[in-house]
Amino acid sequence: MSSQVKIAKTLDVRGMYCPGPVMETAKAIKQVQVGEVLEVLATDPAAKPDIEAWARRTGQQILEITQEGGVTRILIKRVK
Amino acid sequence: MAEKSEGKKKLSMIVFSGTIDKLMPVGILASGAAAAGYEVNLFFTFWGLRNITKQGIRNQPAPIDKNYESMGPAMMAKMQEMKYPMWYQLIQQAKEVGEVKVYACSTTMEFFGIKREDLAEFVDDVVGVATFLDRAEGGIVLFV
Repeated sequence: MSSQVKIAKTLDVRGMYCPGPVMETAKAIKQVQVGEVLEVLATDPAAKPDIEAWARRTGQQILEITQEGGVTRILIKRVK
Repeated sequence: MAEKSEGKKKLSMIVFSGTIDKLMPVGILASGAAAAGYEVNLFFTFWGLRNITKQGIRNQPAPIDKNYESMGPAMMAKMQEMKYPMWYQLIQQAKEVGEVKVYACSTTMEFFGIKREDLAEFVDDVVGVATFLDRAEGGIVLFV
């Protein structure tokens, strides 16, 4: 699924801790157009639940979350 | 994954303090609320977090606040006489009777060098402020 998604921007917040990843994600989503996809790379163990919660609250759509080698990769589609 | 949880009867506590005089009411409120059908969210951060590691549990009872120091030994003796459970046992019991989630703050874990595997078994997840706010939405929130 992910390999077909066109990524408009990648946000690398590896090494940052809460609330860093969520705050940077909130800023970065504004730098892509509605319909485009933001890729977030994070190492904070809270990044997955926090960005999921942020997306629910703000109405953005999470397309995919994968976790590998301590890195969480989240694809977020800007829908509004 | 922390699912959406607004609209229920709900008690959420930010457990910042690490002294026994604050941890006990957290356990008492959590178990009472769980028994009454409340969803309970416990978010352990800073000094509170150090108590929900396996090592932290072994080191219980945690020290008492300096203000109540003179009362400490008598209180502990009375609690033992009453066979009153420790706060973490109350949380474990609360989890058996109701919907109780225990969260550890990821940033504090990094501050103190605490790894996920160091956390006590009753800890459900490592989360941050966005998750806490999401889960606490629309319910009672206490900062302890």
